[in-house]
Amino acid sequence: MTLAPNATSPISHIVTTSVDKNQPGRSAWKAVATPFQAVSRPLAITLSVLVWCAVIGGWFALTYSGAVKEMFLPRPESVLSTTIRMALDGSLWEHVLASVQVVLIGFVISSIVAVPLGLTMGTYRIVQAALDPLVNFIRYLPVTSFVPLFILWIGIGIEQRVAVIIFGIFFQQLVMIADSARSVQRDLVNAAYTLGTKRSDTVFHIVFPATLPNVLDVLRVTMGWAWTYLVVAELVAARSGLGYISLKAMRGFQVDVIFMAIAMIGILGLCTDQLFRGIRRLVAPWAN
Amino acid sequence: MDALTLATKPKSADIGVDNVALRYGTGDNAVLALDGISFHVAPNEFCVIVGPSGCGKSSLLYLIAGLEERTGGTIAVGGKPVTEPGPDRGMVFQAYTLFPWLTVAQNVEYGPKRKGMSTAERRAIVEHFLNEVGLAKFANHYPSQLSGGMKQRVAIARALANDPQVLLMDEPFGALDSQTRHSMQKLLLKIWDHSKKTVLFVTHDIDEAILLADRVLVMSGRPGQIKKEIRIGFSRPRSMDLVMEPNFIAMKREILELLKNDEDDEH
Repeated sequence: MTLAPNATSPISHIVTTSVDKNQPGRSAWKAVATPFQAVSRPLAITLSVLVWCAVIGGWFALTYSGAVKEMFLPRPESVLSTTIRMALDGSLWEHVLASVQVVLIGFVISSIVAVPLGLTMGTYRIVQAALDPLVNFIRYLPVTSFVPLFILWIGIGIEQRVAVIIFGIFFQQLVMIADSARSVQRDLVNAAYTLGTKRSDTVFHIVFPATLPNVLDVLRVTMGWAWTYLVVAELVAARSGLGYISLKAMRGFQVDVIFMAIAMIGILGLCTDQLFRGIRRLVAPWAN
Repeated sequence: MDALTLATKPKSADIGVDNVALRYGTGDNAVLALDGISFHVAPNEFCVIVGPSGCGKSSLLYLIAGLEERTGGTIAVGGKPVTEPGPDRGMVFQAYTLFPWLTVAQNVEYGPKRKGMSTAERRAIVEHFLNEVGLAKFANHYPSQLSGGMKQRVAIARALANDPQVLLMDEPFGALDSQTRHSMQKLLLKIWDHSKKTVLFVTHDIDEAILLADRVLVMSGRPGQIKKEIRIGFSRPRSMDLVMEPNFIAMKREILELLKNDEDDEH
């Protein structure tokens, strides 16, 4: 255990040969087959476009070859023309708006309560002890089984659909947010104490900012679930919305409309997902 | 400039530890982690506790910080009994504890902000302490963009910016490579010389202990007890070449011997 006299000791040049990840002789295949190895952006884009082309190509092949009857699987161009027709006559936007409205109201109400309550639950053992058993019981109850009850209680208006969404995501949000609050590094809180943070300020000054990226991820994921529960609610009781027109189209064998409704939900889901990723980059730039 | 003079004005207190015990669990499963620990650290003194891993030296520091509750004895800092954590006892942890959501400058001004200091005062404090640790250029970086040594330098700046009466350091350089560790030791001695805070530093590295300390407390394990107290008489400022001096080696041998006896007792 003797100290080296300085940083440029005679042995330092022997031990400091760096490993070059891009050394020649390492094949392209070996590079992409390495776990967690980054791929170039052009390659990533090319691959994702290829997969999309393959799926749509397969769709064309199935319909044009006559392997599947058009009554069950519409041709791609007829879905497109239906979409354009309904977009031009305005009926598409009416239903999209109705669905977006329900999802947003349900999601916002649920999140406004779940985020602070989840953080408190994860931070204070006493709150966890009180709520955990109940929350874990409720979150395993199938949402669909409550739909008849909600209809009985609050009718078939927008409130019913909002209630289904809240019931579907609230308890999941609560548990996941409480988990991320609980995993905040203990010495981070200790450091805050030694710097003069009051115990009552810990949730706001430490737990909230420390878990913010996780909280945003939870919101992003549960937003996707909200879309799922929306369709469940609309299939049962609604006068408008993308789930409602799917059900109506099924009765009239308009498979192209069903496909359009599904595609619209997919696109809207993709948009909200990107929106949340953008928000995360904006409010938690340190976590990238 | 008021803030600066306030922050650099020597303000340090003594630490009195009297017959402190720490017991985990109850009944037959109880483990006595610390037993009958008594010592005193004078204002401005640099005191180092050295001991084998698991001897409870970190726990002792957490007790003084008020982050853990002792099961016996008394602890007082500046004559005031310790009952809970407070900004009068700054701490630098072994783990990296910079707030990842704050920039380097925001981390350093965290304590002053809690005290309600104005933006201008805080800016002066941040500037002073980032200069002190040589990281003024990194004020707007996030901790994730810094190396381990830089993170600990910011952690020291953050603790000192809060103007504590004592600075508790829990193996702050334990996770660093030996080159970085040496430059951190030099830096710490320089900063301590400027601020003249009371420092209680915990380490398992004997070289580090002798190089830094006015006085070394050697601890034994299970239960943790202070085995011996050794005054380090080397003049300051100290050179890192001290490790090759015969006096230094003699002290090191003495401490090694004490720690070895401790191991023998166990087997």
